Amino acid sequence: MDAKVTTANAIEQQEVLLRVDNLKTQFHTSRGILRAVDGISFEVRKGETFALLGESGCGKSMTALSIMRLVPQPVGRIVEGSVNIGDTDLLQLSEVDMRAMRGGRIAMIFQEPQSSLNPVLTVGDQIIESVLCHTSLKRAQAKARVLELLDAVGIPDPARRYKEYPHQLSGGMKQRVMIAIALAGEPELLIADEPTTALDVTIQAQVLELLNDLQRQTGMAMLFITHDLGVVSNIADRIAVMYAGQIVEQAARDDFFGSPRHPYTRKLFESLPRANKRDESLAVIEGNVPSLFTQFSGCRFVDRCDYAWNACHQSVPRWLGDEESGVRCHRFDETVDQSDNEPVEKTSQVKTQVSPSGAIILDVDMLKVHFPIQKGLLKRTVGHVKAVDGVSLKIAEGRTLALVGESGCGKTTVGKGILQLLKPTSGKVDFNNQDLVTLDKKTMRGLRSDIQIIFQDPYSSMNPRMMVKDIIAEGMIAQKTVATRAERDSRIDELLEQVGLPVDSKQRYPHEFSGGQRQRICIARALAVKPKLIICDEPTSALDVSVQAQILNLLKELQQTHGLAYLFITHDLSVVEYLAHDVAVMYLGRIVEHGPVNTVFNKPAHPYTEALLSAAPTLDDESQRDIIRLEGDLPSPATPPSGCYFNPRCPKVMDECRRVYPNKVELNSAHSVCCHLH
Amino acid sequence: MNAFGYQFAPLWTDWLVYFLVFSGIGFFLYARRHEHLARPWRQVVRRPLAMSAALVLLVYIAIGLADSIHLQKQRVIANSDAVIFSSEKISLLDIVLTTLRVQEEKTYSAPFAIQSYAKETIELPDGGIVREFPRLVYGGIHLDQASDKTADIVAKTIRAIAESVAIFVLLIVILNFFLARYYQNSFGRQLNLLKLGDADLPWRSLLLMGFVLTLVGLVLIRLAPYYHVLGTDKVGKDVLYLSLKSIRTGLVIGSLTTLFVLPFALSLGIMAGYFRGRVDDVIQYLYTTLSSIPGVLLIAASVLMIDVYIQNNAEQFATIADRADARLLFLCLILGITGWVGLCRLLRGEALKLREIDYIQASQAFGVSHTRILSRHILPNVMHIILITLVLDFSGLVLAEAVLSYIGVGVDPSMISWGNMINGARLEMAREPVVWWSLVAAFIFMFLLVLCANLFADSVRDAFDPRAY
Repeated sequence: MDAKVTTANAIEQQEVLLRVDNLKTQFHTSRGILRAVDGISFEVRKGETFALLGESGCGKSMTALSIMRLVPQPVGRIVEGSVNIGDTDLLQLSEVDMRAMRGGRIAMIFQEPQSSLNPVLTVGDQIIESVLCHTSLKRAQAKARVLELLDAVGIPDPARRYKEYPHQLSGGMKQRVMIAIALAGEPELLIADEPTTALDVTIQAQVLELLNDLQRQTGMAMLFITHDLGVVSNIADRIAVMYAGQIVEQAARDDFFGSPRHPYTRKLFESLPRANKRDESLAVIEGNVPSLFTQFSGCRFVDRCDYAWNACHQSVPRWLGDEESGVRCHRFDETVDQSDNEPVEKTSQVKTQVSPSGAIILDVDMLKVHFPIQKGLLKRTVGHVKAVDGVSLKIAEGRTLALVGESGCGKTTVGKGILQLLKPTSGKVDFNNQDLVTLDKKTMRGLRSDIQIIFQDPYSSMNPRMMVKDIIAEGMIAQKTVATRAERDSRIDELLEQVGLPVDSKQRYPHEFSGGQRQRICIARALAVKPKLIICDEPTSALDVSVQAQILNLLKELQQTHGLAYLFITHDLSVVEYLAHDVAVMYLGRIVEHGPVNTVFNKPAHPYTEALLSAAPTLDDESQRDIIRLEGDLPSPATPPSGCYFNPRCPKVMDECRRVYPNKVELNSAHSVCCHLH
Repeated sequence: MNAFGYQFAPLWTDWLVYFLVFSGIGFFLYARRHEHLARPWRQVVRRPLAMSAALVLLVYIAIGLADSIHLQKQRVIANSDAVIFSSEKISLLDIVLTTLRVQEEKTYSAPFAIQSYAKETIELPDGGIVREFPRLVYGGIHLDQASDKTADIVAKTIRAIAESVAIFVLLIVILNFFLARYYQNSFGRQLNLLKLGDADLPWRSLLLMGFVLTLVGLVLIRLAPYYHVLGTDKVGKDVLYLSLKSIRTGLVIGSLTTLFVLPFALSLGIMAGYFRGRVDDVIQYLYTTLSSIPGVLLIAASVLMIDVYIQNNAEQFATIADRADARLLFLCLILGITGWVGLCRLLRGEALKLREIDYIQASQAFGVSHTRILSRHILPNVMHIILITLVLDFSGLVLAEAVLSYIGVGVDPSMISWGNMINGARLEMAREPVVWWSLVAAFIFMFLLVLCANLFADSVRDAFDPRAY
């Protein structure tokens, strides 16, 4: 990473490769004109990584598609501006020339490697297609080139992988294949549209390193599109922040992270959850991104800005700066009267707090959830997917236990196993001294009001055919918590107020709300039956940073006022640091480390925890960070490795690790780990 | 109902048709209050093509409904106070079309013919015998000379055109008057907007389609009493009358079958998908078995069975119409029983997908009962599939009736249907000169119905497509 800093000056000298000037892309829909990209200008130099940062729906992907001229026809069209690569204006090219350009001089990789590869063609066939298309190689030579590419993107045993199908590869491998396809035409510019968003942190670290290495070797420029500030700080040379179709700030990496200027950027930094903000609520950006259907007469951020004053409402801020760096804000404009731009102080109310008794309310002991693998005509069981394989954890009243792990490690299954939505194979789930596993259906139904769940995807967690009030009322009706209709109605009003939604939203349908608002409705629904424990299954991972902060604040506040206990399932370590009291790290169906957040994060005992912590991209100075890169992927839970499950990827592996699974070692009364090192 | 010397005497299928109409109205009222149902329908009514097709369908439905109100005529018996009703059941449509119904020729005659289609031996008043084409009994009897025919037809047609233009203009004025009041525009401005097609509903297309329909209707009204516009069939019945009567048969088959399909497909489909396990195994076994039996074979066997039953229990069926009706109903039932598998499979797949979705899981976490989850969460979310399938299946069933009647296992031979018309015409196709009009008439009427149903179904499918959400 040191190389990045030293090359920064060298890049300054490089000539400009991509120049986008006043690009405007619009969608003509039945609802009006959607201005997805509204006058964007930037430059990318040779060998540089230019990051385009923004929340979902701000037009960053549409910028990339406009550059590739892949805007969905016929509703979308590029109405103004120019896109030059070298001396060629892409918008003037014929479609035939443009086709040679795509994958030739400019290549693109997408977010979802799963859906970007054709499942019925082998990996080799898909790469060779691109090689044959963009080079003059013959088939035999092309094959050699494909193997070379596979090797270059770090895929072990390329000759074998060449003949494999996409489903035989893991997510990280697929993204590597996508990168290989993109590299086939030896592009000068690689557009990466959220290439690591769908991947786990440890895999993300691998892919980012790969992209960095490739860039160093080939000298290509990269346009990196992401919403993740951590990733940006890892990889970018220069950064542009997009908001509602425009670039609001642009700066070199060090300036950007050292002194962000635009209020939006500053708020983004402040709203990131971190350990040192534990005792305060996160700064939130109120409200939502404005609809791109609106004709803006002032600053686009004005409604959510703490500094906004009259001028911001009345005139559109101009771009202050040059192609290299700048900001779009009246605060830095000397021609605008600055007299009354004092930041508005938002007063926060102190709510009554419930002091938790500290009694254990959930005690899970050796919980196992196995799924049988059935084969053949008679559906004989030939094996088991051990999704959860002996998990034990305890949650006390009013506390938050975070369950951390990569995707596929079984953390969601633990949640569903506790709720008895999936029948556990064995083990005990003691809730208030009642074992839920052995309860009969009727008693269990009565207990359901005590444990609730909030899901990851706010779009699929509510019935689209029901009104908000019916959604919230459902649990109350099923659990008979309220007697009369009037009582129920007043309770719904109360709940909506608690989660910060207007009372009139109860007459509306879920599709009328944004992701964050939907998640609030889901929280209200869970609260309706007055639960003691809420299982939060990645409730913020589908949300933007600014909205995530709102939800985290809400969850924290509700915990304090209601004395709720949370089982917080997540893969995002910064959220854990901010919200949780205790943390349990899960790997392949088992908990490898368990302890208070501070202890685990400061002195991780398990090599996997260590690796996870180091792989998570942070804003801290890269040069001081020693990243432990894990090789390979999560093994299949159907065929776990012998001995310690982590041994094939462990940097500190010993002989013993390959033979026996380590026992739980109590490091102190609260902190325990399963590792032979201790 | 005893007025005008008629008694209300509905058939079994009539009751079911009334039930369908009322549930249709009920669904309309329900959908109006439910946004997720109303929104796609609003999208449908904005489409010019869909609305034009719907207008044609409405005409078909109106004819079908008029034909579904059956009456018995009072017979006046001299010197008796007893009220006795005719054993013949006739529908409202029959009464409207009395002229067409009673004007029966001896045998085939071509469209607009005034002479018979075949030469006959005629005895002259003076005892001599000639073979020539005799004049028809009803077709063109108002004409003195055969040569007046063309002029007469043209005159009547021009009159009909003039009348329909007048109606068209009147319609525009009335519609525009109400639209202007509704949107609070001036009359002239609204007229201009109407011309530009700038409105919530595709009034322009509707008006044009309406014009075409009134034109065709009026031309027929002017000509049909004097000529056999579409000729006559083997026993001299007016083909236009037969074609119009066939509409009810087609509509009944297309819509009543769904009434029998729904309970099976819906309950079994979503139960199989939601409960999985044993329930799923049993239901899958059931429909796999059923779909492995050739459908036509099953239908043929069942129809023959009901035939035997009707013959053995003739006393249960008062009139010929009752007998034919029983067979029609049974045909719908058997088509329903063989036809639910496809929809059931679709619903099972959808329910399998839905049960894993978070909101169903959330309900389970609330301890909501299975019946409630099925009715409140699964059912509303598969409604679009049901609607799309039923509308798409409709045209298939209309065609199926024609095919089944053609091979002789369809509706009762005494029942007027397109299938029977085609079946009758088949025998005359080899004749020289060919008798083409029965076939062509059945073809045109059926083609129009199926085309409009398909166009309408396409729009419904587009509007209800879940990917559009």
